[in-house]
Order: sequence, then structure tokens, then C-alpha cells
Amino acid sequence: MHFMLLFSRQGKLRLQKWFIAIEEREKMKIIREMTQSVLARQPKTCNFMDWKDLKIVYKRYASLYICCGMEDQDNELLTIEIMHRYIELLDKYFGNVCELDIIFNFEKAYFILDEFLIGGEVQETSKLSVSKCIEESDLMQE
Amino acid sequence: MPAPIRLRELIRTIRTARTQAEEREMIQKECAAIRSSFREEDNTYRCRNVAKLLYMHMLGYPAHFGQLECLKLIASQKFTDKRIGYLGAMLLLDERQDVHLLMTNCIKNDLNHSTQFVQGLALCTLGCMGSSEMCRDLAGEVEKQLKTSNSYLRKKAALSAVHVIRKVPELMEMFLPATKNLLNEKNHGVLHTSVVLLTEMCERSPDMLAHFRKNEKLVPQLVRILKNLIMSGYSPEHDVSGISDPFLQVRILRLLRILGRNDDDSSEAMNDILAQVATNTETSKNVGNAILYETVLTIMDIKSESGLRVLAINILGRFLLNNDKNIRYVALTSLLKTVQTDHNAVQRHRSTIVDCLKDLDVSIKRRAMELSFALVNGNNIRGMMKELLYFLDSCDPEFKADCASGVFHAAEKYAPSKRWHIDTIMRVLTTAGSYVRDDAVPNLIQLITNSVEMHGYTVQRLYKALIDDISQQPLIQVSSWCIGEYGDLLVSGKCEEEEPIQVTEDEVLDVLEGILVSNLSSTVTRGYSLTAIMKLSTRFASAVNRIKKIVLVYGSSIDVELQQRAVEYNALFKKYDHMRPALLERMPVMEKTSTNGPTEIVQTNGETEPSILETKHMPSVPQPTNQANDLLDLLGGNDVMPVIQTAPPTKLVSAGGELLDLLGDLSLSGGVPAPGPPVSISQPPFLLDGLASQPLFNDVAAGIPPMIAYNKNGLKIDFAFERSNTNPNIAVITMQASNSTEAEMTEFVFQAAVPKTFQLQLLSPSSNIVPALNAGTVTQIIKVLNPQKQQLRMRVKLTYTHKGSSLQDLAEVNNFPPQSWQ
Repeated sequence: MHFMLLFSRQGKLRLQKWFIAIEEREKMKIIREMTQSVLARQPKTCNFMDWKDLKIVYKRYASLYICCGMEDQDNELLTIEIMHRYIELLDKYFGNVCELDIIFNFEKAYFILDEFLIGGEVQETSKLSVSKCIEESDLMQE
Repeated sequence: MPAPIRLRELIRTIRTARTQAEEREMIQKECAAIRSSFREEDNTYRCRNVAKLLYMHMLGYPAHFGQLECLKLIASQKFTDKRIGYLGAMLLLDERQDVHLLMTNCIKNDLNHSTQFVQGLALCTLGCMGSSEMCRDLAGEVEKQLKTSNSYLRKKAALSAVHVIRKVPELMEMFLPATKNLLNEKNHGVLHTSVVLLTEMCERSPDMLAHFRKNEKLVPQLVRILKNLIMSGYSPEHDVSGISDPFLQVRILRLLRILGRNDDDSSEAMNDILAQVATNTETSKNVGNAILYETVLTIMDIKSESGLRVLAINILGRFLLNNDKNIRYVALTSLLKTVQTDHNAVQRHRSTIVDCLKDLDVSIKRRAMELSFALVNGNNIRGMMKELLYFLDSCDPEFKADCASGVFHAAEKYAPSKRWHIDTIMRVLTTAGSYVRDDAVPNLIQLITNSVEMHGYTVQRLYKALIDDISQQPLIQVSSWCIGEYGDLLVSGKCEEEEPIQVTEDEVLDVLEGILVSNLSSTVTRGYSLTAIMKLSTRFASAVNRIKKIVLVYGSSIDVELQQRAVEYNALFKKYDHMRPALLERMPVMEKTSTNGPTEIVQTNGETEPSILETKHMPSVPQPTNQANDLLDLLGGNDVMPVIQTAPPTKLVSAGGELLDLLGDLSLSGGVPAPGPPVSISQPPFLLDGLASQPLFNDVAAGIPPMIAYNKNGLKIDFAFERSNTNPNIAVITMQASNSTEAEMTEFVFQAAVPKTFQLQLLSPSSNIVPALNAGTVTQIIKVLNPQKQQLRMRVKLTYTHKGSSLQDLAEVNNFPPQSWQ
């Protein structure tokens, strides 16, 4: 995975995770292009797009879009499961998560993501495990 | 100083802003407060401030002044600080920042921290964005963590190792010992990340791959784990819609693919499990299909037995009929990958694939189109083409160019008959004409020329298309060219293939003239049209006067391209009318060559005939001879012999040969004192090979020093040298003429001649006015071929008008630097 972006239906960025080293300017360009392309997609189309040499997998959850840039050998259908798992983790943590939760607690969203993915790869496949880790880390906060 | 406002407070405030300007103001105010807080080295609130900064960064505002603060947070003892610090580092401190490396020490310390969560933070940060240097420094620590018994840390260490290997592949060896027991773990997190690590190692290094196959017996281990996953009962912790840990299953399948590729033993060992997964996986949800997808990819890529392959293709066939668009898309993608190797199997699903062309989804349509073209063969060409042409009619513009190219390509390979081929081309030109690629026009022209018996039919159909619509440039170009060549067939009222139309010569000329004057026509198209009109002067007996008039008018066209053509055609009428029929004769059947270069260029004062229509070999019009005479004057009567052009035997066909002979005759009649040899004409084909599409200059500058070739009366000619990158025997000289007097030099013409063993090509000058007082230069490119590596000498002739009087000078250039001709 090269990147994962979360943005609203108005195109406002809510989370950006980059797994490749590129310049800030380049990142902004990609974000702009992703938001434009994904928001322009028709409702009943498939969740995949081709962009440069990457496969873009995106999914809409209520007012939020999740968008991932995958390499050629990555499994697109599994990426949908990965994105879904992340939303489930957020849901478990916040209890019926909505966009506002992610806006006001963006740092927590990042912490959860960091317990789920490292370097673009899944580190833990058990939902329970990830949730437990987050809870324990939270308890450690002073 | 009051406590800085809380993060949530700030977010709430900023969200109340109604305009961008209001938001910017709030942000600036807060940034100023944060900056002063940072300056005061306030430890208590640093965390809060950096968090706020990160929020503002996400909104798109600069946050670089917080970079060092992140470092301070990481170094702090408090867990909260570290958490935000590392987050800030990951967002703000990528490897391009100078302070990135300062993190290394902190990370090293934290990797050995007593609390696993701190260690986890460090591993995570390293694994997400560590630079190569950092990876080198810390690889040892990561390796240590890979051997720990704490599964929480072990899984993170595995992925950090993956990142280290990606950044610094040489360090791969280091992690090998630690991988020995990774797959014996029960913990799924560790299992998953271990499989990822092993995949990375096997992908990058064939040695590793061989090692894992033979020594570690990886395949049986993986098969065992996969089997357990499928056979074991419900495990709530890892269950997704009834399937046990799909993430792990997919990664194992992917690793098996790499292990089984090109290896019979490994492939055999995994046959059973693959068959089991393929048949037993639930397909009602996306999860199951994700696993099936990966299984199919693996089956197709390893040396599986044929039964298994058929099973895989059938799964893909079922996918194609699935309601879920994602599944259909994935099926088309996979089929595209396998169509080369399992062509027949994929052919069975052709009708479904063709149906996908009608899908509403753009991504699916594109895949279906690509796959359809891959499936076209001699047997199904007619049916497929019907579908593809229908698709071309109705598809989005973004597809049209690719589709048109694909149609042309397929038609060329599998056309059942010439007539069908021509009809297909016509259909494409009329429906998607404006999207056809530029290179299609010459290819089509060649095709039409070579279908000799279809000329009458072709020109008739093209003419009819022209009457309807003159907006699509490629169509008009091809049509004009055809009418020019075969206009006589058009008006003859005879046609074998279909009902002949009755059209008069004047009507044809009306249409062509219409194209000339239309605003819709591009310059290139106008050029085609004008030349076609000219060719008709020999084919239409009664229209010569009308054609003469048209040509005369365009002699003063603003467009230089048209003007040049018209002037030359005019000259043809005036002085060389006896040659006109021979010159404008029908084009012979052309061989298809691989060069894209322009046709043979006839030497004058450097103007080349960039005729786009005559794709391969000969120009249809010579240059007027007055310039030719000048050259002879230039060369005659001294020991610098003119270059003799011998007609290159194989490529040129008879008409070309005649052309050269004719020019030879011309030069003789020009009254030259020197004996016989014809005028120096330019380039043999080999100099042209690929030149048009190549950049003229090498990046590798040959280091040849420039020189002043001529410097008199205020006119200075500089030569700069480079070697052509297509042929090292060619020196490319850039001539620059500058004028230091106070009056400009107009009608500047630069001519050159070289000794017998050389060959010279002069390209068009940038202009023919040399501005006064060195305000600018006239640039012209000269190419000199020197296969015998003799000393280069050149005679130049300069003519120009200066202060009202016309001047002329001859000079010999002998001071070429040795590197330019050695």
C-alpha cells in the first residue's frame, strides 16, 4: 500500500497516511487528484480505478470516503476487507463512529491505524487484539 | 501566560469559521500563540500544542516549525508525549527533512524501553518512514526484537524488517536466522507478518527463494497452516463472515504463488490445498471471493496440472456473471493476465466478455475492451469487429483513440478480405475520425495504395464520406490523398464493388477547394488538399486552368507551408510542364519500412520538403532549379567536387529514379563549365533513418570546440558541433549568423558544399533576417556525413540584402577542429 486517505464528501481531508517517501508538494497533488477522481465516480460503479501505475481502491461509508493506493500485485478485493476492518475498529472504539468522531479525535484514529497497519501491511488480523492494545495504551496516558 | 487552548476547543472554533479567510485568520492567531509557547520551552503544554499543529497541518497549513518540538516530545518520558511526538514525526518528519536523522537515537532508546507500548511506537515509526540511514543503524535492534517471545513486539518487528529490506536490500541476509521459527507461532498477528516478511525476501532474492524452498521446506509448512485455517471450526477472534482469517489465507496463497512459480515440486505439493480452497470457499460475500481471486492467480501462475487450471478459468467465468461489479472487474483483469497462456480457455468466455463492453462502469468497459482485442483471431474477426465497432460508436471519448488503434491493428492482422478491411477503416474514420492517432493516416494510405484492385471502390466511398462531413481531420487527409491519386477512377463512372456514382471533375474540385478554404481544416489537411488538387491536374483533362488558378492564389497564402507548396507547383506549371505528368504519376506499391523519417530531401537553399503525405520515399515535386544553379556555381570550377548522389537501389522505385535523372538533366542544362556530374543532391536514406523522430543532439556532448567560420563586413558565422546520436559518422553543425552592423540583413541565404567523399544535409533556417547589432541570430542545422573520416572542408556562399543593396560572398572554411571530422 502506498497511501491511505480519508476524506469527506466535500473533499476535506480527515486522515492521511503515507507509506512511501515523497515530497509534501507531491502529496498535496495526489490528495487533490484522488479527491477529485473518487468524488467524480458514479454511484453504482465498481470500487476500483487505475491511476498511473497504481490501483486505487475506494469505498464510501456514509459521509466519508476511504481511498487506498495499491501496487499491482496487491489483491483489490482484500483491500476492501482491510478498509472495512479499519472502519470496524473505529466503530468499536468510538461506539457507532461517525465523521465527527474522526474529526475531533483524529489522533486516536491514527493510533488505531498504527495498531492495525505498519508500512502498509496488516500487522494484526484479530479485531479483539487490536482493540485491547488501544485500550491498554490509552490507560497508560497520563 | 494563560494555558493554551485545548485541542478539541481549537477544532470546534476553527469549524465555526464561515469563510476561508476567517479560518486562515484563526489559524494564524493560534500558530503565533503556539510559536511563542514553543519559544518558552514549555514542557507541560508542548504535547497539546503539537497536537493542534498537526490538526492545522491536516487542513493544509504549514507546520514545519513544529518539527523539532516533535523530537523533544519523543525524548520525553511521558507516554502521552511520546505518542503525539511519534505521530508528529510520522506526519511531519519524512526522510527529506534535515532533522529526520535526529530521531535515530530516540528510537534506539525506545526500542529497548521497558514498556512494550513504547517499544511498539518506536518499531511502528521505523517501519513506516525510516530512511535508509536510519534503517542501517537500527537493523540490529529490529533483528533482536524479531527473536523476542513477546508476540506484540514480534509482529511489529517483522514488518519493520520488511521496511528495512525495502530500503536497504543488502541487509536481507541479516534477518535470515530469525525467520527460522517464525511460522511455528500460534499468534495470527505474528504468522501474518512473518508471511509478509518471507514474501518480501523471496520476491527480492532468487537465492533466498531457493533456500526457503529446499532447506526450510516452506511449502509444506504453509500448506499445513492453510489447511488448519480452513478445517478448524469457528474461531470468533479471526472470523470474517464465516471465513477464518481471510487476511492470512490470502497472504499464504500469495507466498505459495511465488514458491511454486517455475518449480514443479513445489507446485505439486500445493495442488491439493489449492483445489480444496477453490472448491470449498464460500462465495456469497466479498471475503470469500477475495480468497478465490488470490487462489486463481496462484493456480495460473504456478505449474499446476491442467484440471486445476480449468477449475481456475471456470471460477473466473463464474465471476464474470456475478452481479457484483467488483468481482466482474477483477475477473476481467485476471483473464487479461492469462489470455496469452490459456488462450483457448479464455475464448470460451468470449461472449460474456463482449457483453461487458456494454456495461455502464468505465473501469469494466476498459478492461473488457483490452481483453476483447486480445481475443480477436482469424475465426472470430467478423463478429468481434461488429461488436467493437458498435462499442467505438457509443463509448466515451477517452476510449476512442485506443479503440480505434486497436481496431486498425486487429483489422490489419486478421482481415478476411481487402474490401472488408477498407470498409472497416471507413467505418472507424467516419465515426471516430477525430480521435484516430496521427500515425494511422500514413499507415492507412499505405494500405490503400497496396490494395490495388480496390482503388476505385475506396476512392468512391471516401468521396461520399467527404461530402457528408469535413470536420474529421484524419478522414479528410486520407480522402484528399486518395482523390488526388485516384480521381480519374472517381469520375470514370465505373466501380466494381458497388454502384458507381456519377460525379464530374468540377464537383470533385469543388469538394477539395471547400476543404482548402474551410475553417475546420488544419494546416496539415490543407496541405494534403492542395497537393491532391495539383495531382488532379494530370488526371482531369478539362480542369487544368482551374487548378492553375487555385495554385496561383495560394502562392501568396499566409501559411508558409501552403505558400511553399503553391509556389513550387506554380513553377511546375510554368517551367516544367513537360515533366508534370511523370512527377505526378500514381504512387507505386510501397514496402512497409520501419523508419519514420521524412522522405528524401532535395537540396536547395536548405528548405526541406516536409511532405507528410509521401510517407516513405519520394517527393512528388522537385525544387526549382535556379537555386540548383547557384550551387553549381558554388562548386564548379575548382577542386571541391560536388557530391554525387547515386540513387539508392532497393528502396526507391522507378519514379524516384526518373526524378533524379531529371534533376541531373537540369543541372547540365544550366550551363555549368564543370563536366557532367549531376548536382549535389542530399541525403541517402541512411542518414534519414530515424532522424526525424530522434532529437538532433546528443546529451553526450562530443566536446568539439566551436569555431568561427566566416567573419566579414559585420556578418559573423559561428559553427557549433555535436555528434548525431544515431550515427557517429555524422557531425551536426549548428550555424549561427549574427550581424554587428546597424542595419539588418534581409533575405539572408546560407548555402554550403562539401568535397566528394562527404555528404551534406542542410535543414531549414530559423529565418532569413539577421537582426542588426547582434540583437539575434539566424540558426540553421547542417549535417555532415563523413564515413571516410577525411579532413572536413566546406565552401559557403552567403547572399543577403543590406542597406538596400544585394550582396553575395563566397568563402572557404578550412579551420574545422580535428574532432569534428575524426
